[in-house]
Amino acid sequence: MTELFPLKVRGAATARRGKMLVGPVDLDLCGQKACVVIGPNGSGKTSLLRLLHGAARLHRGTITWACPTDEARHHQSFVFQRPVMLRRSVLDNIAYPLLVHGVKKPAALDAARDWAGRVGLTEMLRRPATVLSGGEQQKLALARALVTRPKVLFLDEPCAALDGRAMREIEAILTDAKTAGTKLIMTTHDMGQARRLADEVVFLLGGLVHETGPATTFFDHPETPEARAFLNGDIVE
Amino acid sequence: MTDLWSGLAQAFWLVVTLDAELVEISARSLQVSLTALVIASLIAMPLAALLAVRRFRWRRGVIAILNALMGLPPVVVGLVVYVMLSRSGPLGVLGLLFTPAAMIIAQIIIVVPLIASIAHQSLRDLWQEYHDLLISMNVSQWQKMKTLLWDARRALLTASLAGFGRAIGEVGAIMIVGGNIDHATRVLTTAIALETGKGDFALALALGFVLIGLAIAVNLAIHWLSRTEREGRW
Ligand SMILES: Nc1ncnc2c1ncn2[C@@H]1O[C@H](COP(=O)(O)OP(=O)(O)O)[C@@H](O)[C@H]1O
Ligand SMILES: [Mg+2]
Repeated sequence: MTELFPLKVRGAATARRGKMLVGPVDLDLCGQKACVVIGPNGSGKTSLLRLLHGAARLHRGTITWACPTDEARHHQSFVFQRPVMLRRSVLDNIAYPLLVHGVKKPAALDAARDWAGRVGLTEMLRRPATVLSGGEQQKLALARALVTRPKVLFLDEPCAALDGRAMREIEAILTDAKTAGTKLIMTTHDMGQARRLADEVVFLLGGLVHETGPATTFFDHPETPEARAFLNGDIVE
Repeated sequence: MTDLWSGLAQAFWLVVTLDAELVEISARSLQVSLTALVIASLIAMPLAALLAVRRFRWRRGVIAILNALMGLPPVVVGLVVYVMLSRSGPLGVLGLLFTPAAMIIAQIIIVVPLIASIAHQSLRDLWQEYHDLLISMNVSQWQKMKTLLWDARRALLTASLAGFGRAIGEVGAIMIVGGNIDHATRVLTTAIALETGKGDFALALALGFVLIGLAIAVNLAIHWLSRTEREGRW
């Protein structure tokens, strides 16, 4: 069994055209606990997730998994804020990550059917993915991310444009994944969701980690005035 | 005027009775252009996919060359192929000049840039959509190309049809390298040119009908394909 954690982030930063998007960031993450990244718009939540996943270039610092980075990468999935739908059926979308990594077709389709069932898409296996509603697309993206049984699941505002019911369904899937041993690293701007899912919180402000700690401590007794203001719903820049 | 009407009537008759010469010429036209199309597609599609997913050094240069070649006059292509294949040319030993093979070569050169350019545009757009997901899944270069080619297959078929339209209607290059030899290299377009010159309007018009019919069929197919593509039904 490959062990990915603990993950050590030291002075990690990513830039774009000379402008720092996020960092330098120091973080220590262990497995199991769900980590929720919060902060105002433009504070670098998306950039931080992409950086940890290796989808953004590391311009400075180090990101060290407990195993080689290439190997760690194989055990990660990423769900984007705007889910990417392959121009294929729902079933073929979910089976895709297995097929490109050499799983035989019958086995891949079986696993895909199973996951479609878990996220409640069984009725629409043959439908083109692009005609699904926003909530269904997000569930498809989740199933496609989980079908490879990743050890780490990155989620960038998975419920940004969804109504209450779709959000509850997705949170239930995430809680199941967590119980099954997947480390969640996600962003959200919904504080209710953050409270429900988070074990640990990373509060970003202006591309820097402003405050971090266990969820209960953070939500009940935020240390910094900015975190307090943010949780109160005040505008924080 | 009477010439035209009697010509039209005779042409119509030739078509409905499936005149032997008309059928032979049409069949050869299809054979040459379809062969050229298949080979050209096999070259152009992977090239387009490679250009979409890989950032190699000469990428921009290759795209610029493709676009430039698209505007190349077919007569010039014919001339170059002729020189290459002529007895004293570098490929003269193959003895291909004035054979259907020479015509196929010329048509391949004419349609590869067209198909590759159209295909590249669709594949590039699709790649922008897929980029983040496929990168995040550690998909190999080869799998990326396969995925794009498969998921864009409608658009690629449109590109191929456009290539076919260009190949079947082309006259300058194949006239030069094929020589318009009866029962050997005579195809729809070269036959029309010849028969018109001879004043045999009936056969020329009948050949024209077939050519127009093919062109209309191709355009209808492109129209239908791009509609289903837009509606997201693949
Ligand atoms: N591709 C990009 N090019 C330039 N600037 C970017 C790019 N992506 C994000 N940024 C900038 O980086 C900062 C952090 O963005 P982001 O990580 O998306 O924040 P968040 O997800 O918290 O809203 C913002 O100021 C944003 O404008
Ligand atoms: Mg964001």
